[in-house]
Amino acid sequence: MAISRADVEKASLLGRLILSDQELDELAPQLAEVVAYVDQLSEVDTEGVEPMAHAVELVNVLRDDEPREGLSREAALANAPKHNGVGFLVPAVLGD
Amino acid sequence: MATPSELTATEQRRRFESGEVSSVELTQACVDRVAAVDDRVGAFLRFDAEKALAQAAACDAARAEGKPLGPLAGVPVAVKDLFCQEGEITTCASKILENFRSPYDSTVVDRLKQAGAVLLGRTNMDEFAMGGSTENSAYQTSRNPWDLERSPGGSSGGAAACVAALEAPLSVGTDTGGSIRQPAGLCGVVGMKPTYGRVSRYGLVAFASSLDQAGPLARTVEDTALLYDALAGHDPRDSTSNPSPAEPCAPTVNEPLKGLKVGVVPEHFAEGLDDEVRAAVEAAIETYRGLGAETVEVDLPHAKYGVATYYVIAPCEASSNLSRYDGVHYGHRTDEAAMLAQLEAERKAALASGDAEAADAIDTALVRLYRQSRSEGFGPEVKRRIMLGAYALSAGYYDAYYLKALKVRRLIRQDYDRAFEKVDLIAGPVTAAPAFKLGELSEDPLSMYLVDLYTVSANLAGLPAISLPCGKSKAGLPIGMQLMAPPLAEEKLLRGARMYEQATDWHQPTPDL
Repeated sequence: MAISRADVEKASLLGRLILSDQELDELAPQLAEVVAYVDQLSEVDTEGVEPMAHAVELVNVLRDDEPREGLSREAALANAPKHNGVGFLVPAVLGD
Repeated sequence: MATPSELTATEQRRRFESGEVSSVELTQACVDRVAAVDDRVGAFLRFDAEKALAQAAACDAARAEGKPLGPLAGVPVAVKDLFCQEGEITTCASKILENFRSPYDSTVVDRLKQAGAVLLGRTNMDEFAMGGSTENSAYQTSRNPWDLERSPGGSSGGAAACVAALEAPLSVGTDTGGSIRQPAGLCGVVGMKPTYGRVSRYGLVAFASSLDQAGPLARTVEDTALLYDALAGHDPRDSTSNPSPAEPCAPTVNEPLKGLKVGVVPEHFAEGLDDEVRAAVEAAIETYRGLGAETVEVDLPHAKYGVATYYVIAPCEASSNLSRYDGVHYGHRTDEAAMLAQLEAERKAALASGDAEAADAIDTALVRLYRQSRSEGFGPEVKRRIMLGAYALSAGYYDAYYLKALKVRRLIRQDYDRAFEKVDLIAGPVTAAPAFKLGELSEDPLSMYLVDLYTVSANLAGLPAISLPCGKSKAGLPIGMQLMAPPLAEEKLLRGARMYEQATDWHQPTPDL
């Protein structure tokens, strides 16, 4: 499946990125080449094969339901680019 | 007489315990070596000599007081800059984490501390471990100590280079598609990717969670076993951690394996493999025959799809894992005032032109904050992989790419399961050629991805694998051999590797820096 510049623009939106025109010009053919390469997977007969999302069989791993200390609020906010000592601050989500 | 820097970690540990050498002397040797060569090698992103020497002094004091000594007591160890370490900057070689100071220790760092190791500093890497050359670091380029014009490989290029350059006897890296074994091979050191889940991923900055695996780099297999033992074992904080007990490997690593059957995959020696690499690996396999091992041809029919499978699954997982970098909780945030002003101007312009559709399509302020912060913080390779993942997971393509790759992954694993019914280990090349020149592949992502040709399958299947030196090219560049083993067969893998190492001296030369 060929990947177009429009596909790349859509992927940038889904990936929460903004690409300049120059980046789009560079990335679109690179991604097209990689996608063309991975297209070789279509030649493998996978009829009836169970997908393997993980190298080991995963099961739910639950700890005892006992309260324990987590990060303090101060520690959790210490790396925040913007906070008010209580929570993380972001631009207005509603009404902008 | 070997200088402290030239001693293996095992020997350093022995001499420390017996009182022949102090940890301060061992650490000072690393400090001196880093000062002498790291401006050319560029292995370390951050190196705090004062802090390391203070830890070493504490080790010496503990020994003097007769306190119990851990298995790595007094021995300096470097860690890749993606293991969280309390109070230390952990950047993952990315601008987006430029000022991130971890509030906690990763299990790897915690276990190193418990083992008594001296933490030397943080090694350079490809940004978020994405790359095969360490040229994708946002901060510096690491160089191969054997030829400073060449790449040390990646993404654990700094971790491999610091060991090869005698700046540290041991280092810890991570391997998602070959990122320990490939740089180990290119730098002439030993690097092991343990079985998936054998070393905890807690506090390791995630790239592709079903593939990432931390592991040791060292100058000898014996040292690799020493460090592996300190790191391996179940961790209740990592739900993907293997719950079975990790038996120590160092006590048995010098015992040869009797009746060893070594598997050889004919396709691994097909077109595209450098002649000198082919000759060195074939000679290594001949060495095994000379040691009494039987060699058996094995068939891995789906191995040729390994890179394609990996470059669907890994970017899909990366696009999900890296969504946490949004400029809100930690990491880089764009200039908010300028961003809001720009957004307002775009809105006014769209409305003034009467284009309601364009006005509707403009990001909300929060979405623009995410997009702009991420675009400023991530480098080109990380953007490429986020985009690949977003594309492969998007509506209409999920079945064709992600689901298909998961099915092929199962077939690759089944090939290995069948092969290991016949053999104990599989031997082959670790890279198709010796170290490439810096810049040689950086403009061609697909060529760079193909560097992982021989290594990705072990990650997809979750197998343990090791790279160890097995030759030199005419140009004096190291050549590596890879051994793979069934899941949780680390003891066999290390003993098999040590057998070869004891019979040869490819691990002994060090670069002339």
